[in-house]
Amino acid sequence: MAAKAFNLTKSERAFDLINYVLLVLVLVITLYPFLNVLAISFNDSVDTVKGGVYIWPRAFTLENYKTIFSYTGLIQGFQISVLRTIVGTILGLISGSMLAFTLSRPDFRARKFVSTILAMTMYFSGGMVPTFILMRELSLINSFWVYVLPGLVAAFNVFVIRSFIDGLPYALQESAKLDGANDFTIYWRVILPLCKPVLATIALFLAVGQWNSWFDTYLYNSTNPNLTTLQFELMKVLDSTQQGGNMVNANDLATQMAQVSPDSIKMAITIVVTLPILVVYPFLQRYFVGGMTLGAVKA
Amino acid sequence: MKTLTINTAPKNESVTPKKSKKPRRQNTGFWRSVGRQKYLYLMSIPFVLWLFVFNYLPLWGWTMAFQNYKPAKSFGEQKWVGFDNFIELFQDERFYMVLRNTLAMSLMGLVFGFVIPIIFAVMLNEVRAMKFKRVVQTVSYLPHFVSWVVVAGIITKMLSIDGGIVNDVLLSLHLIDEPIQFMAKGHWFWSIVTASDIWKETGWNTIIYLAAITGIDQEQYEAARVDGAGRFRQIWNITLPGIRSTVMVLLIMSIGHLISIGFEKQMLLSNPLVTDYSEVLDLYALRYGIEINRFSYGTAIGMFNSVVSIILLFTANGLFKKFTKESIM
Repeated sequence: MAAKAFNLTKSERAFDLINYVLLVLVLVITLYPFLNVLAISFNDSVDTVKGGVYIWPRAFTLENYKTIFSYTGLIQGFQISVLRTIVGTILGLISGSMLAFTLSRPDFRARKFVSTILAMTMYFSGGMVPTFILMRELSLINSFWVYVLPGLVAAFNVFVIRSFIDGLPYALQESAKLDGANDFTIYWRVILPLCKPVLATIALFLAVGQWNSWFDTYLYNSTNPNLTTLQFELMKVLDSTQQGGNMVNANDLATQMAQVSPDSIKMAITIVVTLPILVVYPFLQRYFVGGMTLGAVKA
Repeated sequence: MKTLTINTAPKNESVTPKKSKKPRRQNTGFWRSVGRQKYLYLMSIPFVLWLFVFNYLPLWGWTMAFQNYKPAKSFGEQKWVGFDNFIELFQDERFYMVLRNTLAMSLMGLVFGFVIPIIFAVMLNEVRAMKFKRVVQTVSYLPHFVSWVVVAGIITKMLSIDGGIVNDVLLSLHLIDEPIQFMAKGHWFWSIVTASDIWKETGWNTIIYLAAITGIDQEQYEAARVDGAGRFRQIWNITLPGIRSTVMVLLIMSIGHLISIGFEKQMLLSNPLVTDYSEVLDLYALRYGIEINRFSYGTAIGMFNSVVSIILLFTANGLFKKFTKESIM
């Protein structure tokens, strides 16, 4: 605003021009791939092979979508993905906020201990093989819960929620206590309702993580067709070269589809996998920008 | 004595919560405070147990690296082999290739993934048309929300020889005479991974820098303008010093994670033609450790990875502590 009081010099204008041109270029580079995928997904698959479909379908058709929705593996995967996103997000929100609440209480005796062992997990991890063996010992392989339990508590999320609670006036909790509320009631009735903005952020992080996850399916549940997720189905279809040959069952329908399915079909599945997130994120933007800032490590 | 304590105890209990809470608290015993804070304990103990099971038990699994681990046997029955697994690892030629790939891709990722978001944040900050700024920001976050599976599919499509935009543009500019098979040439792989990462995460990584820039006192810019400082001067002397501590903290964190770059993008973007350039430590551990059931060897690879990461993190932190005042621990 203040800048308007100044007359822009020639070099200032040149700076602005170059800056705008570069940013428009960034816009194009970011958006083009999505528009291209969308256009191809609506283009006739035989026509697509000729190439030259850029951001508008040349031979418009809904056939590709009809084809993929008749494939039951995809419907099944969609259901599991939705279920793990809902269950994982809700359980993650409850556990994260509950732990964050206890850690935000200056009078809580075990606070230091709990926050130390939590913070350590950000730097140390056992690695892939010990984790795999643990999942096997816990009988989590070939089960739905392997999608939810291992990621239940994430240190980063807990610390983000805690910084938010720290910003709330402590007097609220004290007055609730005078009214006879116990700590659980304070958490549930006083703190949680006030945490809506930060919970929206964390919900987005959790939901995106759950929705986008494929490796846990690959590692733990790839042999169980009832538990595969949408991302995993997409991976199989896109991955016509079959790099992880011995883990993926080479005889199933998706693999056969991968060998025959043209680009248009692949792109239609890509859109189905991507769409739910694209619809949600712009609405939550103001929350997650705040949340990222809260979570930014304070030295 | 006995009667005395019995008489005073209930009295104390009923009086302390109301009268002078704070000084009393330090004198009360541990179990008393546990009793009073029982809900706080009930609300945190399940998660502490969870942390032990899911985060600390796998650390105990590191003992497997020193055993010839057989899943059917109990811990006492395992055969201990000392450093045999590590010796084998360090004698494997493939390991050095994998290490080279890991370091190459993480260094490229560190340099570009670190510098480009800062430049992008500064550029965005110079935009005064708020609507345009918001559109650019919203669009730039978009790829962050898409899975690596989708990104890998998109990248493969964009780089393909039939209808991929990159080859189309290069051809029409006459920079090349025939389409390049990007995905089939090993020496392209590191650049493809780095570029995909930049495309996916630049916008997202900008958030923290933009927030830091917003915190800079606007009067500094006005004063600089009065003194006749141009845009580059202002960026150099106000914006960049203003986000210095944020930059430092994030730099230390990324150095700590230098070698644990993960495997998602490498696994999804690679194909049998390029494995000499695409295989990274985690994939190597996956292949040996789980796919062919050499659990102990796989654990040794993972352990090497973690130990090097921790050393890097502490070294980076120590160096920065020495030369600047910033530190994350």
